[in-house]
This record gives sequence, C-alpha cells and structure tokens, in this order.
Amino acid sequence: MTHLTRRAFGALLGAGAATLAAPGLLRAQTSGRLVIIGGGFGGASAARFARIHYPDVDVTLVEPQTSFVTCPYGNLILGGKRQLGDISHSYDGLRARGAEVIHDRATEIDAEGHRVALAGGQVLDYDKLIVSPGIGLRWNAIEGYDEAASEVFPHAWWGGDGSQITLLRAQLEALPEGGIVGLAIPDNPFRCPPGPYERISMIAHHLKQANPTAKILAFDAKEGFSKQGLFQDAWEELYGDMIEWVPGNADGRIVRVDVENKLFISEFGEEHRVDVGNVIPPQYAASIVRDAGLANDTGWVPVDSRSFEAAAARDIHVIGDANIAPPMPKSGYVANSTAKTAVTAALADMTGRPAWDDPVYFNTCYSHAGDNYAFSVAAVFRATDDGFANTPDSGGVSPRGPLSELARTRRLEARYADAWYDSITADMFS
Amino acid sequence: MRPAHFLAASFFLAVATSPAIADANGMMLAQSCAGCHGQDGAGQGAVPDIRGYDREAFMRIWEGFRTDERPATIMNRIAPGFTEAEVAALADYFSSLE
Repeated sequence: MTHLTRRAFGALLGAGAATLAAPGLLRAQTSGRLVIIGGGFGGASAARFARIHYPDVDVTLVEPQTSFVTCPYGNLILGGKRQLGDISHSYDGLRARGAEVIHDRATEIDAEGHRVALAGGQVLDYDKLIVSPGIGLRWNAIEGYDEAASEVFPHAWWGGDGSQITLLRAQLEALPEGGIVGLAIPDNPFRCPPGPYERISMIAHHLKQANPTAKILAFDAKEGFSKQGLFQDAWEELYGDMIEWVPGNADGRIVRVDVENKLFISEFGEEHRVDVGNVIPPQYAASIVRDAGLANDTGWVPVDSRSFEAAAARDIHVIGDANIAPPMPKSGYVANSTAKTAVTAALADMTGRPAWDDPVYFNTCYSHAGDNYAFSVAAVFRATDDGFANTPDSGGVSPRGPLSELARTRRLEARYADAWYDSITADMFS
Repeated sequence: MRPAHFLAASFFLAVATSPAIADANGMMLAQSCAGCHGQDGAGQGAVPDIRGYDREAFMRIWEGFRTDERPATIMNRIAPGFTEAEVAALADYFSSLE
C-alpha cells in the first residue's frame, strides 16, 4: 500500500492549510458529506443524481476545468460537423441543484483520515468519496511520446480545455494536398473502444471534401476492434481506398515516434512518415487514484461490482474509465450508469436508504461514420460475485449489410446518436 | 408538478412505504433509459417520450422488441437483457410519470 497515512498527509499539507477545511462544517446539519472528484461522465452524473435523490446530503464536486469538453462527439469536430462550443458544458446546472462545484485539482486522498487535498491548499473532509478521475496517458510508453510531443502529434484523447482536439482539427485543415494522416492506436484496455475508428471515419469525412487525394494510415496494436465489420463496411462504401488499417499482426504496433522528422516507427523498425500524426497512447487510471494506492499493478482500480468501492480503501468509490470492470467498456454511458449505483451504495449507510442489491448496468455507444450514417453497440451488464457479466442473449451491434438496404437504419441511428448526446449530457449537467 | 420533483417524491414514498422495493428498482432501472430517452423518459430529439405510457402497452411493446417482431434499430437488442420482473418494474415506473 502506498496510500498516505494521516500523519504524512498532514505534514505534506502543512499545518496552516489543514485548518482551512470542510465547507460542510459551515452549513446546516446534513446527513453527511459526499465529495466527488472529477466532473465528467461519472462525476457529474453522480453529483446530479445525488442532489436529486439525496437532497439532505452535502455534495461537493472537484473539477479543474470550468467547462467540460466531452470526448464523445469530439470526433465530429474533426469531421467538421460540430464546433468546440457544441461539446462544452457549464457546471451552472449542478450549482443550481445545490452542489458545491470547486474548480481546482485534487492532489491527495487521505483514505484513513477521510480527507482530500486540493492544489490550491483547501482540504475537504468527506464521509464518502466518489472518484471519477478518468485516464492518465502513459507518457513514453511509446518512446518519444511525451507531453511536449503531444503538441506536435496530438492525442486528443481527453477533453481537457479543448486544445488537443482543436489542434488536431487545425492540423487536418492544413494538411498538404494528398498528404498522409497517421494514427497510432493502443492495445486494450483503453478509453472508448470504438473511438479511434469513429475518428478515422470523421477524418475521412473531412478529407473526402477538403483533400480527396489524402490518405489515412491507421496503425493498430490490435488485430481486431469494436464494431469492426460495420466500420470497415462504411469505410469501403463511403471512402473507397482512402483508409488503410494496419493491424498488430501486420506490424501495426507503433513503438516509437520522432516528432522532429514526423515519423511513426513500428515494432519491427519500419519508419512511416506522416504529415499529421494522432497518437493515442496506452493509458492507465488518472494519477490521483494511483498515487492514493487504489490501483493494482495494471494501473487500474479494482472495485466491488455492486458498490464500486475500491478494493484497497473503505468509503472510496471509483467509477468511470479508471476502474477495472470488464466486460463493461470504458465508456461515458457506463460511467453515467454506474455513477448512480455507486451513489446509492455509498449513501446507503449514511441515509438509511437501501442500496441496489441487484444492479443492472447499461451501455450504448453510437459511432458516426459519415453523413446520416451511424451505428451502435448496446449491452446490459450485471454484477457477479467476482466482477461483471454480459446478460446472455442480449446486446450486440447494429446489423451489417449494403447501404442500399440499410440506409434508413443508418440514418435513424445518426439521429438517435444526436439524441443520445443531448440526453446524456442533460443527465449530467441540467 | 415538475418531473424532477415528481421523481424525487415518488422515490421517497416508495422507500417509506416499503413493500415497494420493486418501485425503487423501477426508478434505478429507468436510469438506464435516461441516456437516450431523456429525463424521466420525456423524450429527446428523435427518441420517443415514454412518460406516462400505459403499463400494459409498455409491456406489450417491450415483448415485441424482445421477440424481434416489432421493428427497431436498437431496442430489439436491449429488450432481451431485462427480466420479466424488471420490465414490469419499468412499466410501473414510466406509467406512473406524468
């Protein structure tokens, strides 16, 4: 265990900072204090759900960004179908529901002392902590790919302040005629399994209009991917030979990048020159939970399948991409779905209201492949004693078949995808 | 009454009167629907409003999705993932919303 002891935590903060503490103490008597770290699909959903259903619980949300830029629909910026403002969300709705939203970065969790330290020096006491911190990028797991390199080869794999996706879009707009766009795609597990392939589609959608002789080379560490048949059908139907996908067993694993010379270097030493490079590096849970000793040696956080309480600490529930929950994907919908069960479990003791003993978790991921052309994967998951399981004979992907026969289905799913986006972001922020 | 208030009120009632674990489950199960069908099933864009849906009709249509007899893009994949009791709880829940 590497989590800080109460004493070490106090020493680290300094005596002065520790006295700032606990906005909850200044308030009227409540059932208790729920602190939530991370204001994305997991954390914002948890905060909103807690305020609606447990109005007697103090909810404090800690999130560095003053506006949340979603990863879902970020690819549509690359395709020219959305602007950054369309995928940016204010926290005012959560404030209006009575959540305290603090725009700061949580830097330390003291599991034993039930306290969270923020970068600005504030210390929050909690009764229950929900952590939905998202991913960390494993810098230098691909040799030469560090934070500085991401200013040349953007990853655009977290929303942040929107600068990464905006940079990638600008680079695509500036691509020389007939230029090459390279993508490096990681092995499982990673955030948003169909995301890289929707990205390929949306880049192709842009290039087909703006730069039709350009090429996309997608280098993958894997031999297969989510909704593969559907994506490959769409690529062939919509973009002809613009896209080449190179699987791991065809030397698709990129192990080194050279940003100066704009090179991707493969496992077997092949050098590929690209004009624009999008490197989606290997990932692990964000540092806040790794530093707190909540992750295991995979870099992700083991959790209980009914409460999402971390295996390594009481009263800390870890939701979203940071936890280990196969076969559930690291998706926004799963983060939203599990957030509500985690809140119910976390607050059961404090409020005397029952936890949900037989929870059902739900996922739908839509992907846009072109104009009026989208498809989906859906799944219903259940908790088991040692993890999670698909519900038999349910879920799966949209039907495959020629566009001439399925145009209506693809068009409807594109409309439902847009409705999903509006609906789930309302379930987080309204 | 605003839907959000109604939702909260019905949940507290369910907990207070207690034979109603099924109602609580209905509310929790219905959370899965909120990602597409909008708040309290009120519909969103092209996705239908399922608030106040007649209970029997809800269950009949669900069965149509489950058996793939009713055309759908995605509900025919989702419907088989829920038990009969869960579908009944969802029907109870959505039919209770105005």
